[in-house]
Formats: sequence, structure tokens, C-alpha cells
Amino acid sequence: MGEIFSIALFFSTIRFATPLIFAALGGMFSERSGVINIALEGLMLAGAFTAAVMTYETSNPFIGLFCGILAGAVLAAIYAISVIQFKADQVVAGFGINILMLGLPAMLSSAIYDSAGSTQQIAKEHVLPSYFDINIASLLALALVPLCWYVLYKTPFGLRLRAVGENPSAADAAGVGVNNLRYLAVILSGVLAAAGGAYLSIGQSSLFTRGMTAGRGFIALAALILAKWRPVPVLLACLFFGFTEALTIPLASFKLASGEAALPVQFVQIIPYVLTIIVLAGFIGSSRAPKSLGVPYSKEK
Amino acid sequence: MFCGTANFVKMNILREIISPLIAVIAAFIVGGIIVLLIGDSPLQTYSELIGNSFGSLNDFGYMLFYATPLIFTGLAVAVAFRCGLLNIGAEGQLYVAAFATAWVGIKFGGTMVEVGGKQENWSWASLPAILLVPLCILTAIAVGGFWGAIPGFLKAKFGSHEVINTIMLNFIAVALVSYFTQYYYRIPGDPILQTAPIGEAAHIPRISQFIPGMPDFVPLSVAFLLAIVMCVLVYIFLWKTKWGYELRAVGQNPSAAEYGGISPQKQIIIAMSISGGLAGMVAISEVLGNRYLYYHDFSGEVGFWGIAVALLGRNHPLGVFFAALFFAVLQRGGIFVDIETKYVSKDLVEVLQAIVILFVASLRLSKK
Repeated sequence: MGEIFSIALFFSTIRFATPLIFAALGGMFSERSGVINIALEGLMLAGAFTAAVMTYETSNPFIGLFCGILAGAVLAAIYAISVIQFKADQVVAGFGINILMLGLPAMLSSAIYDSAGSTQQIAKEHVLPSYFDINIASLLALALVPLCWYVLYKTPFGLRLRAVGENPSAADAAGVGVNNLRYLAVILSGVLAAAGGAYLSIGQSSLFTRGMTAGRGFIALAALILAKWRPVPVLLACLFFGFTEALTIPLASFKLASGEAALPVQFVQIIPYVLTIIVLAGFIGSSRAPKSLGVPYSKEK
Repeated sequence: MFCGTANFVKMNILREIISPLIAVIAAFIVGGIIVLLIGDSPLQTYSELIGNSFGSLNDFGYMLFYATPLIFTGLAVAVAFRCGLLNIGAEGQLYVAAFATAWVGIKFGGTMVEVGGKQENWSWASLPAILLVPLCILTAIAVGGFWGAIPGFLKAKFGSHEVINTIMLNFIAVALVSYFTQYYYRIPGDPILQTAPIGEAAHIPRISQFIPGMPDFVPLSVAFLLAIVMCVLVYIFLWKTKWGYELRAVGQNPSAAEYGGISPQKQIIIAMSISGGLAGMVAISEVLGNRYLYYHDFSGEVGFWGIAVALLGRNHPLGVFFAALFFAVLQRGGIFVDIETKYVSKDLVEVLQAIVILFVASLRLSKK
């Protein structure tokens, strides 16, 4: 087992946890304000695609990252208009955003680069830099955790956000603009999720491929539920899920004497999903969502 | 007064037809703008997109072949919707159902596999078609229904949200089925992640056998006729039976239904089981009628397409049927858009689907 648990595993855990931390923290702001965010996957893809294109075109990963974040914010604003202004079903609209981001980036990549849905390879020296094997985006993700904790629990904005998520009518009566705050929270979730996506295309790898998030938006959502919508447990859940993903690398080459896999990767891959179902069912503590989650707010009610 | 009621009903039907049309037209306009920006002609793109489903029996057959799984998954999502549930898990349900169906087709279909130059018997029995086909069909429905019942049970018993659980179960389904295929039912040396073929007795007839002029290679099978039958059965179930009434009552107002003596818990489990069973029927078209084996990437996200189909079809079997045909035309046309236009790829189809979903949701056409 010594071959499996190595220093490399530690670094790959951090690597795989990074996009999850960004996206899950983003989802936290949206859901704490009462808006379900199934669209995390699509928001990540928007960030990943835009960052890859802009980094390739400008040879500057920071311009790429900024544009990726901008794209995430714009897409999140579209989602917010649909669910807040038009009171669309949040799950359905979020699902629509995800499908859109499966098709649109692939369509644009094919048109711009005449490819089968992926962008051009970015030169190694033009991706987000790493220091001591840790990418700058990973450091940023880790730094965001205490920052988000502070914002959520120690600032008036955080207090209002939590109030809106738990009891929007009371918050409204106290003078908080419920829908304005929700717009802000959803756009913030787009910013963070897109940063996570950008890390995938210009940090961990060096191009965008169709649907490259491969369900990470949903794993981030699972981490958020597991963490009961709190920032520090979000970090722990993301590290744990990053660890399970990191494990699949050494496991793939770890064979029994008979040549069979000691532990099929599929069994490791499903751990986050099974765990989420168990937690949701209330077997490990109770996971209580913000009270108004998924309920559009109308003043006259 | 009587006249007023008739008018009201007429208005309602009109609204049911017009509002999805608005969503479709809006999607085509937005999609057209994107095509224009990319540098192609929207007119040419859309004529490739729509025109390639009606030119010949071959085209038409392929379009109906694409429509078949969409009808099943659209019905699946619609039944759950009618009970107030959003089944995002049709994808997982049809994965496990397809694998299980192939498994039965191998184990009871007399499948022989060549391993290292020697013939190996992978089956337990070699049933005749008259037993094997019904057994495979029942397996598809039962296994899909079981996978759907899990989130139903979790919601009824623990109150956990079916959306999250179905998403999680999708990933679990794909991983489990890939595990069994990879380690137990793939022919050794096969580079493709697929099982050994099912017995010939499990094959269902293709429509081309009955229609002169339709090429044999068109994979449209009698599963399409079964899909039409299911539309009728779902309609009868939902609107002509007591069970369907109870299911819809829970969807409209769970507390009122409970007050009226209907158990929402029971209805949620029933609705999710039926929904899963319908999704599982995709296996009939795919495994028994198309590839004659379980191929791991067969789905093309048809379980997710079912959500768009149900939304556009207003969760009504007749609407689902036409919405499935509409999206099947797009899926078929996408292939030609890829080839015939200069810049636009088949991903346009997904973009259109997404815009339809967003418009239907934002115009609040979805009944929940």
C-alpha cells in the first residue's frame, strides 16, 4: 500500500480539490440566499471555455482567468433573471444552463478553431503558474475559505444573505432587498464557479474540451450538501472528494498478483455520490437546507 | 354559461399549443442569431436541420428511430412531473435497465463467446424468442423501475430531495454498469466497452421487414410501436384510472391529497417506479432492436433529453409524442448541419434544446 499513499497523492488531492472548492463556495452563496444552483456545472464550463480561449489569444493566463470569471458572471446573471425575475423553476432553469454550456462552447470552438469542440493547446509557459507543485489557483481557493467564512458570518452582507435564505419575508420587513441580494449572490456564485472552471482549462490542463468538467459541478454540489452549507466543512468535503479522485490514479496501476485490479476505480469514483445520498437521508447527522431554498420571493405574499 | 365553459376549454387547449410554439420560435430566433454571428446562413442551417428527416423512407425511419427513446424518457419525466417530482435520473435508470436487459439476453439467449480460439458458453439457457423477448422487456421495465424507486423511497421515507438523489444515482449507475461490463461481460480483448452479443432469439423485428423500400440497416424497430402504445397507456392511467387521479392529486397539492385520504408517500414511490420503468424501456429499442448488445456510451444523454421533451410536451402523452418527434428531427438534422455548413457544428442542436428549456421554464409553462 506504500506505493499508493505517497507525497504525490497529497499534491494531486489539492489539485483535484481546487475546482471543487471554488464551485462549492460559489454554490454556498447562491443557496444560502435561497436559490438552488444546479447550474454550477454550466457556470464552470463557461469559465473553462472563456479562460482557455482568452489565454490562448492573449498568452496571458490572468487575462484569461478574468474573462472566464466575467463569462461566469454574465451566465449567472441570465440564470438569475430567469429564476428571480421570471420565477422559473430553479432546477429546470439550472438544468437548461448546463445543457447550454455543453453545446455552446463546443459550437464556438468548432467555429473558431475548426476543431471537434475543443480549443487550441496553450503553451506550457502561458498557463496559470505553480509554486512548489501547487498551482496559484489552489492557493487562491484555500485563501477563499476563511474569506468566505468572514463574509458569511461577520459582515452585514453575510447576515442579510443568511436572513434572506432562512426567512425572506422577515428580512424584507427589516428593509433588506430580497431579490437584489439574491441577484448578487447568484452572480457571485457564477464568479466563483467560473474561476474553478478556468483552473481546469488553464491550470490543471492547457485547453478546453467539450464537457470537460465531467460532473465536477455536481460533486461540488454534493460537497456543499455534505458540508451543510458552511464554508470550513465545504473545504473538508472538497478535500475528501479531491482525495477520492486522486486515489483513482495510483489505483489504476495497482494490481493484485493475479493481474486483476485490487480495487476497481469505479468503486472509488462512486464514494462522493453514495455518501451524499446517505447524508441527505439523515443517517449521518441531519443536513438541513436553508429554509427558503428553491422558493421564489414575491413581496405581496 | 354552458357556452362559456366550452370557450374556456377551447382557450385552454389553444394556450397549451401556443405557448410551447412560442418557446420553439424563440429558440430558433436566438439560435439563428448565433449562427449568423458565427458566419453561416441561418436559412441554410435550418433547412439542413429540418429537411433531412422527411426526404426518403431512410430519413424518416432514422428520425423515428431517434424519436423512440425520446418518447420513453419524455413519458418517464412527464409521469413524475404529474406527481410533483422532477426525475433527472432517467439517464441512470436507462443505463442499469439496458445493461440488465443485455445480461438476460446473454444468460438466457445461448450466447457463445470465442475466448483464445476456444468457444466458451456464457449462457445458462437458450430460451426461444417467445419467452426470451418478453423476459428481456420485463427486465428492462423492472430494473429501470427499481432504480427509479430508490429516490422515490428516499423522498417518501426521509424527505430527501429527489433531484439531488437522482443526479447522484446517475453517476452511480454509470460507474456500476461500466464495472460489470469491463470486468465480467466484455469479450476478452475487445477494445470497446461493450458486452458480448445477446442471443438472436432476443432480437425484436425491425420495421424495414414490413415496409418495402426501407433499407434493412435502418434500426427502427417495433419498439417505436410500443412507444406509441405507452403514450396511450400513460394517458389512460393518468386520466382514466383512480391510481392516476391519486398520483396527480399529490402533484397538485400534497397536503390536500393527504387530507382526502391519499398517501403522498405511497404515490411518490409509485410515480418514481413507473417513471423509472418507462425510462428503462429505452433498452428495448437500443439493446433488443439496435445494437443487440450493451454498449457503454449508447445513450447520448437521452435521459436528459427526456426533460426537454416533457417540458415542451406539457407533460401530456400526446404533447410528449410530438415533442419527441420535434427533437428527433433536430438530432437527425444535426448530423447534416455538421457536414453541410461551413462553421456550424451539430452542437447547435444542444444549444436549441437548452434555449427551449430556458424559455419554457421562464414563461412558466412547466406545471409543477
